[in-house]
Amino acid sequence: MKGYAHPETLVDTPWLAAHLDDPKVRVVEVDVDTKAFEEGHAPGAVGWNWQTQLCDTVTRDIIPRAGVERLLAESGIANDTTIVLYGDNNNWFACWAFWQLKVYGHRDVRLLDGGRKKWLAEGRPLTTAPTAAAPARYRAPEPDSSLRAFLHEVRAHHASDAWALVDVRSPDEYSGKLLSPPGLAETCQRGGHIPRARSIPWGKNCADDGTFKSAADLRALYEGAGVTRDKGVIAYCRIGERSSLSWYALKYLLGYPTVQNYDGSWTEWGNLVSAPVARGEQP
Amino acid sequence: MSYEMRTREETVGRFRVRLTSYRTSGGFACVADNVDPGANIARAQAGSREQAEAMALARAKERLDRTREVPV
Repeated sequence: MKGYAHPETLVDTPWLAAHLDDPKVRVVEVDVDTKAFEEGHAPGAVGWNWQTQLCDTVTRDIIPRAGVERLLAESGIANDTTIVLYGDNNNWFACWAFWQLKVYGHRDVRLLDGGRKKWLAEGRPLTTAPTAAAPARYRAPEPDSSLRAFLHEVRAHHASDAWALVDVRSPDEYSGKLLSPPGLAETCQRGGHIPRARSIPWGKNCADDGTFKSAADLRALYEGAGVTRDKGVIAYCRIGERSSLSWYALKYLLGYPTVQNYDGSWTEWGNLVSAPVARGEQP
Repeated sequence: MSYEMRTREETVGRFRVRLTSYRTSGGFACVADNVDPGANIARAQAGSREQAEAMALARAKERLDRTREVPV
């Protein structure tokens, strides 16, 4: 499939259509717009709310281990279930869920290439009927923090030639002209980017129909910006969901060995006292 | 089955807005996003595509009008 390093982590729409009734597969929709699921979803899919179910609702953090065990069990997912994730906005929050499931070591998790947009565009079936998932047993290991960059690691690595930072926000957020995507609330005190971070907006990973570009195109995109596989890579955006898409592309489509998602992202860095900030179009 | 999905763009003040509309069981839904970076900023449901688009666009405009630009 398009020359990817890990094609087993991606399914296309015909594959999903053929597996909607497969008892070994659980389909999960994760949308930016949490009302989209109720409006119609793939038959048999369960919906996860990123604002309440894919985070710690008290501390700013990813879902706690007990929470992921509960969520998966209630969704009818066991440790050997194949999870297929899809969602709106080119899978932004489906990728966020994918990243967290890998942090918690789920073996077989896949993305629907093209997400909800492609499913609708092709006239694939939707239903508003709720999905009754028989509860399962799920045990998660300790989180794999090697997939995640924390503030102290970004501070330590951003000036190192052995690491490359990728800012996946829009060019206007990167330059500092905008403090948030147009129309969304500002969540930072300062605009700009982490010094030396390369601007590679998330959308450059995707074709017009929402599917991922080929490995050759992705390789040209990242290598052309100096983000090569011999370096550790840290991707960030505003809150970590757009960057989880780029994290996925780098780690699973290109097979880069060391890729971390900095989920603190600009809402953390752009609010720090005395943190170095670069402004303008240059790294 | 076709959901009669349609996408078009408009300029609202300083920003481009993409309207994606499609048929639902109750009529039409429309989602407005800000094109770059593509974040959803408004949604509406109505009996016709035109109504849904107009409602989503009006809600998007309210939010876009509050967006500040900082000199760089």
